[in-house]
Amino acid sequence: MLKIHNLDVSYGPIRALKGISFEVKEGEIVTLIGANGAGKSTTLRTISNLIKPQNGSITFLNKDLLPVPAYDLVKLGIAHVPEGRIIFGPLTVHENLELATWGRKDKIAIREDLNKVYDLFPLLKERKFQLGETLSGGEQQMLALGRGLVARAKLMLLDEPSMGLAPLLVQDIYRVIRQVNAEGTTILLVEQNAHMALEVAHRAYVLETGNIILEGPADEVAKNPKVIKAYLG
Amino acid sequence: MTKKQISSSVNKKMLAYDKLPNWKKYAFISAITLFFLALYISFFGIQAFFQQLVNGIQLGSIYALIALGYTMIYGIIRLINFAHGDLFMFGAYISCFLGNYLMAHNFRYPFIVVLIFSMVVTALLGMAIEKIAYKPLRFKPRLAALITALGVSLFLENFFALSPQNVPFPLNKIVFGPKYILFPALIAEKTYNIGGIAINNIKILIVIITIILMIALQYIVKKTMIGKAMRAVAFNKDACLMMGINIDKVISITFGIGISLAAASGTLYALTYGQLQSPYLGIWPGLKAFIAAVLGGIGNIPGAMLGSYVMGVSETFATSINSNFGYGIAFVILIVVLVFKPAGLLGKFTKEKV
Ligand SMILES: Nc1ncnc2c1ncn2[C@@H]1O[C@H](COP(=O)(O)OP(=O)(O)OP(=O)(O)O)[C@@H](O)[C@H]1O
Ligand SMILES: [Mg+2]
Repeated sequence: MLKIHNLDVSYGPIRALKGISFEVKEGEIVTLIGANGAGKSTTLRTISNLIKPQNGSITFLNKDLLPVPAYDLVKLGIAHVPEGRIIFGPLTVHENLELATWGRKDKIAIREDLNKVYDLFPLLKERKFQLGETLSGGEQQMLALGRGLVARAKLMLLDEPSMGLAPLLVQDIYRVIRQVNAEGTTILLVEQNAHMALEVAHRAYVLETGNIILEGPADEVAKNPKVIKAYLG
Repeated sequence: MTKKQISSSVNKKMLAYDKLPNWKKYAFISAITLFFLALYISFFGIQAFFQQLVNGIQLGSIYALIALGYTMIYGIIRLINFAHGDLFMFGAYISCFLGNYLMAHNFRYPFIVVLIFSMVVTALLGMAIEKIAYKPLRFKPRLAALITALGVSLFLENFFALSPQNVPFPLNKIVFGPKYILFPALIAEKTYNIGGIAINNIKILIVIITIILMIALQYIVKKTMIGKAMRAVAFNKDACLMMGINIDKVISITFGIGISLAAASGTLYALTYGQLQSPYLGIWPGLKAFIAAVLGGIGNIPGAMLGSYVMGVSETFATSINSNFGYGIAFVILIVVLVFKPAGLLGKFTKEKV
């Protein structure tokens, strides 16, 4: 579904990605794990066309993504839930969700999608008219995920959905991720929380300072001594 | 007192003011205002007072429509669009030409047609300017766009002030010329005398149209998708892109709306004075409206309205005392407010985001 080949990304003199290649197949949960600064967010931001790569190719459903403007990716079926959530603070919860349906004309389906998010996260429903900036970190993550869901994507890019959340909430978020995947959405999951990520993912890639150093089925990667030492220890 | 002591005492006063609850701030501001009003009334009488108040509200409305555009554009791309006053001028000239044509052909409702046409045409010019001059600089240092805005402003003034006989075809059909021209009387002026205060139908119309446009703007920004997107783009452009929002389109529409308000203001201004002095006529209203926007807290829509009415009313009162005061008062108020409230009357002080 998503194919990355030889991707090279630099920020000025800093080479953040040094020619990585990987693939996400339809229906999978694929996780990309790595330490701080490994280049995980850079990978997702490049797929979303927020950063231009120096080299390499990105194709989605056999379509070259590089010439597609960032704002058209949602239409193609790619939703990006960014690191740090980036909730629109001065807008209400409901307005945040509505904006994620930008460009869609099917009013009835939109309302169904919004209600589905509220069913999934009743806390958000209670806070429908509260400003985004007043939400707690956990609620913001739910809202960020909700915005991704109403985009009706075929592929969701999730950047550290468990960051800064209490264990119970992490369980909640991952329950939703599993459910969304079971309903047919493919997921590319970036995490530092390797435990959770390797538990839900089908396949995993390990990224270290811009290189993929390990890949394979998630349960095998979880057994790799290097991974155990660096990420699971 | 040393310099340091003075500045620290100013700081303390500022902090003391900031800590006050909102109602106390309003009470404080109202008290100062009332003091000056009482002073004015005791010297010039209540009738002169109300007359000046009416005139001030009219002027404030003209400023408000310009200031709203300044503040909207600043809010979304952090650019002070110095060309705003010149688009106000352009709107006034377009209204003048179409108005003359419609009057010559005995058109039924020339005013409303002229107003809408001028708003649309000027908005298109503004959107074109945004595409050509500002968009390529969006991710460059902010100073580049600011200097460009100054350049666009100077260009518009000086280009349209060229004499038609001095420029080749087809430019001679476009330029306005440097001389003053009469603005058509699109509405027959009727003056009413209410308790010794002269109010004419044009003043009433200006205030009504301003209120309608403000309500429309408030509706667009609060309730429509494009309005929500405007606020979202102002907050974080990357997040908008990730959600599929075409930020170029949103920014372009914001320019269009903001500049159409400036054109409306230009039309109302011309209608009031009955003439267009020259293509440089937008400089002062543009500058004063900019001050009004800063006074209210730039980027803040209610702030722009409040700042404009404060400016319009105080300028009118000051002018009635001495015509030289009128020009100075804007700056005096600005300096006094910014010393105590650097973010403007309604603005929130935030650190620059990188
Ligand atoms: N805008 C930027 N300008 C310059 N360098 C950057 C920029 N963004 C990221 N980098 C650098 O690129 C490298 C990869 O950063 P990236 O954000 O992709 O890491 P990450 O794997 O997501 O880390 P984390 O787990 O901390 O989020 C880092 O060395 C970082 O300093
Ligand atoms: Mg990251």
